[in-house]
This record gives sequence, C-alpha cells and structure tokens, in this order.
Amino acid sequence: MAIINLKRKEVQAKIVYYGPGRGGKTTNLEYIYNKFRSRIQTEMVTIKTHGERTLFFDFLPIEIGRIKGYDIRIQLYTVPGQVKYESTRKLVLRGVDGIVFVADSLAVRRKENVLSLKSLADNLASYKKSILEIPLVFQYNKRDLLDEGIPLLPVEWLEKDLNSKLEVPSFEASALKGPNVVQTMKKIIIMTIDSLRKDLT
Amino acid sequence: MDMQYISDTDGQRTYVFTPAQLSDIEAVLVEDLLDVGVHSVTLIDMAGNIISTVDNGENKLDLYSLAALAAGNFGAVSTMAGLIGEEEFSLLFHKGKKENIHFSKVTDEFLLITIFGKEVSLGFLRLKVAEATEKLVAALKPGA
Repeated sequence: MAIINLKRKEVQAKIVYYGPGRGGKTTNLEYIYNKFRSRIQTEMVTIKTHGERTLFFDFLPIEIGRIKGYDIRIQLYTVPGQVKYESTRKLVLRGVDGIVFVADSLAVRRKENVLSLKSLADNLASYKKSILEIPLVFQYNKRDLLDEGIPLLPVEWLEKDLNSKLEVPSFEASALKGPNVVQTMKKIIIMTIDSLRKDLT
Repeated sequence: MDMQYISDTDGQRTYVFTPAQLSDIEAVLVEDLLDVGVHSVTLIDMAGNIISTVDNGENKLDLYSLAALAAGNFGAVSTMAGLIGEEEFSLLFHKGKKENIHFSKVTDEFLLITIFGKEVSLGFLRLKVAEATEKLVAALKPGA
C-alpha cells in the first residue's frame, strides 16, 4: 500500500524480497546496504535467529531521489525463507507494492523455488493482490557457483518453472559478489513507481 | 510444476493524502497528544509507511525503522491474539526506564505510535489516544 504525501511531495513504497530459505534474500540487502552506505542514513534492521537465519524480516529504507517532482522513499524488506515461517512471511507482505523473487539456482533447490512461488501467490491472494498484476522481478541467484563446478539449474529451466506464465523481467545474479544485484533492485523500483504513476499528478 | 493464478486485485491500492488532510491529521497529533506532554507521535499504515509524525524536538529517532518494526510487531501480536481465540489485544504498551511506547489501532489500516515519559500517566495517555483516534478516523476517510 504505497503512500503518496501530496503535502511533502513524497512517495513511500514497500518492496519485498521473497524466495526459498538460504536463497540469498538477506545477502541482496546486505550488498545494497554496503554499496550505498553513504546514501543510507540508518542502520539496516535485521531480526534473526542465533543461527543467523532471518526470523522475521530485514529492513532497509533508501531514498532514491526525485521522480516527477516527488521524493521517492523505498522500504526494502526480506521475508524469512524457511518453510515453517509461513505466517511471518504473510505478515511482511502486508501492503507490499513490488516483489523481487530470489530463486536459488542450485540444482537441488528446484522444488523449493516452485513451492515458494506458490506460497507467494497464495499469500498475495489473501490480501486480494494478484501475482499477475503486482510489479515482480525474478532474480536467479548464485550464478557465480557455476565457475566452481557446482550443479546449477539452467536458466531456461528456471524460466520455464517459474516465469513461463508470469513473463516478467529476470536477472542472473550473484548476491554475494554483486553482479546484477543493483540492476534487479533498479528494475523493481522502476516497475513499482511506474505502477503508481497514475496517482502522481 | 504448472501453476494457476487468480487475478484478484482489490487489494492493490494506493493511499493519496491531500495537503488539507495531512494538516488535519497533524493538528490532531499536536493538539491532542504532543501538547499534553508526549515526546513523539507517529501515524503509520500497517505496511510500515509513515503518514505523519510530530515530536517535541528533543530526540532524534530513526522513525522509518521504528515504523517498520511497529507494524511488524502489531501484526505479530494480532496473529498471536487469533491463535488464542482473541480478536485482538486492545492494549499494546512497552514500559522502559525513561521512555514508554504505546501502540493503538486507529482503523484496520492505520496504527498510532506514541512515545512518552514519566510525566504522562498511562491512563491519561489512553484517554487522549482514544479522543485523538476518533478524530483521526474522520480525517483518514478518503476525500476528508
């Protein structure tokens, strides 16, 4: 639920990084935080377990400048990926305006990606939002592991499994090393702001 | 691995607040709460976005993180209420040594966060929050 403040000429929108556990959602936000630290005025908020797994969410607010005379403030969130935290994932999705689905490229994680996407569609539907309509970008993460000889899912398979019906933009990325992390974020921000354009007078 | 998706988009909406509406909201926050001695009042939506915030200028808080955590906290507590058969917990209050924090649902979509010290009693604060809530409900209606 984006907020448009006509008094301060400010837009606030919520973008959530969704996907299976250990897929790299938190690593995406950490990379962004380190890359843009000079432009981010606050600390990244994380609520995690002792084992460094996301328990509730990570949160990173960033100001991206001005579009059509409005200051744009984006709130980036991650959800906990572990299957048992379904109710927490649903809470974080409340009022979401745009989604990055971080798919795990590891060959052994094929089923988990599909189940997580299904849970995303179901959780959005519970808020009367459609996965077909909401701004959405896929990120096929961990592509750097190919160089280390670790079996990865071919991008064509990931596209077929996840994106054949949705047909949204997708990026091959490495959240740990950086390629396409910023591009993924830029794309979802552009799509999210574009979806609000009719309200920006 | 074929999936079917439902296209229901009723929930995909944006809240647009006019300058007049925001002035009304801010006036309520200042007159009903800040003027009675609370340190900071912030109206947020349940997604964690800030609608309006006022403070006495003494503390510099990271309000965006506070809003995100407050919305998450309120959501978690509401879910807990559901698990034990309650519709909701009407009072959400954390007591500190110097600062206290009080959360109050304004409507299903909006939440009021009040930070206050020892000089304001919880009973008095709850009374003032209830009065402010009534005015905020009116001010938050689309086209108000």
